[in-house]
Amino acid sequence: MVVSLKNIFHCALFLVLCFFGIAGVYILLSAEFLAAVQVLIYVGAITILMIFAIMLTAKLYNAKIRQSNEQIFPGLIIVAALLVATIFTLSRTAWKLSYEVAEVQSTVGIGKLLLTKYVLPFEVVSVVLLTALIGAIIIARRE
Amino acid sequence: MVGLNHYLVLSTILFCIGIFGVLTRRNAIGILMSIELMFNAVNINFVAFSKFVTPTDFVGQIFAIFVITIAAAEATVGLAIVLLIYRNFKGINVDNINIMKW
Repeated sequence: MVVSLKNIFHCALFLVLCFFGIAGVYILLSAEFLAAVQVLIYVGAITILMIFAIMLTAKLYNAKIRQSNEQIFPGLIIVAALLVATIFTLSRTAWKLSYEVAEVQSTVGIGKLLLTKYVLPFEVVSVVLLTALIGAIIIARRE
Repeated sequence: MVGLNHYLVLSTILFCIGIFGVLTRRNAIGILMSIELMFNAVNINFVAFSKFVTPTDFVGQIFAIFVITIAAAEATVGLAIVLLIYRNFKGINVDNINIMKW
């Protein structure tokens, strides 16, 4: 739906639905913190940003414009080949599964690890976010 | 019982849908949305491996958080570029934007 609908605004709304589904997948995988982060950041921030951009670039979201280019059939073939190859490979791979159960909740574990072992990447990522923010403002500013 | 392979197949399908979107969309915002789909597929992979292969430490989930952060940064900068393109070209169809071709 996200990639095939004519109206780009409907695509953004289906993207919200898809993000909610993925948050459900995270809950099934017992990653509750990630599910919350997914809903907050993807549904709350990124999709709103997309919708803002769609609104700002108005007159393009009327449904008359053809939304896909002439590469549909080569694209379909390539993607189908990739899908079949990947599923074939991962159905023949023997993963080293482990059936232990974590002794702490995922939120507790993530919080402890983020502020002890992974504190340097954490800070670097915050600097990257700040840089992206400033860069986006500078790019989109009118001269 | 839902196993590791089910999650991997799900994320493969999602990734392929994302690639298909990137290949066939004409709208730059649609391409950015497809990229977000691909980020999500990768995140499902990380969390699934973290659950099924190393369940006692949360390295996969922490990496997924970093991926989400970078995805947010990427979406911000990408949409700013899209707005700039819209202002210069009066449109955001990527097949009209060919000033870097020779």
